[in-house]
Amino acid sequence: MNWADFFAMNGYAFYVWGSYGMALFVFMIEIILVRHKRKVTLQQLRMMRDAGESQ
Amino acid sequence: MTIHWFKYAAPTTFYGLAGKLIPFFAWPSAILFVAGIYFGFFVAPTDAVQSEAYRIMFIHVPVSILSMFIYLIMAGYAALGLIFKTRLSSMMASALAPTGAIFAFIALWSGALWGKPMWGAWWVWDARLTSELILLFLYLGFIALQASIDDPRRADRAGALLAIVGSVNVPIIYFSVKWWNTLHQGSTIKFSDTSMHVAMKQALFLMMAACWLYTIAITLVRVRSIILERERNTQWVSELEEVRS
Repeated sequence: MNWADFFAMNGYAFYVWGSYGMALFVFMIEIILVRHKRKVTLQQLRMMRDAGESQ
Repeated sequence: MTIHWFKYAAPTTFYGLAGKLIPFFAWPSAILFVAGIYFGFFVAPTDAVQSEAYRIMFIHVPVSILSMFIYLIMAGYAALGLIFKTRLSSMMASALAPTGAIFAFIALWSGALWGKPMWGAWWVWDARLTSELILLFLYLGFIALQASIDDPRRADRAGALLAIVGSVNVPIIYFSVKWWNTLHQGSTIKFSDTSMHVAMKQALFLMMAACWLYTIAITLVRVRSIILERERNTQWVSELEEVRS
């Protein structure tokens, strides 16, 4: 079996890679979003603290 | 002041514990995904009927099962929060919803891409497919409802009611292939089943385990942000290393 045959998936390449590709894409987006959310939450907490100290 | 410490004891300790646990779920999940893909594409043989298209199963079946399980766990946490007013339970329910919605979406997407070559249609209004679509809408409804209510405790209560009522849909999805004549095939995983090749079972098992660990890791990261947001006015949050620095 060579790689070209492997990626061709016997004619089902679009369906097979379309499924796994979308899953990978969505998981990556989710991972980026939860990490971004944590960063933003911590930033807001620091801003709140700084605002509280200056009063 | 001591009363406050008792009041927030659960989220306080859980925040630190969750942070320590995340890598122990995230890294094994990544390794199991790689192993599952390897078994699914290089070890499992070509299917006699569906040729290579059946390999969609290794992502479709785990995410579909998990989308149902996560809903029940989410509804369970929401119910605990509603009955016992345990705030961490409600936060866990909120943290699980987006991942459940994502799994339901991938289940529908990979199902459409599997349905087209096998049935000749991307979508049919069949019991299995329709009830899974309703599951996705229930997740989105839960998220939207909670986001639309400013007071977190009221948002928890409203969301919990929706989650509990919606959980009736999960057995409908599960048994839909038995109750109605449907285009969708029966359950892939049966306890007495011997028809599936052993490598196919191994690949499915690996992908299933990977999805479980992924769910736990991503939920723990998300719940930590929710805890910080909801406890932002407490002393313990302001004393955290990551907030002080």
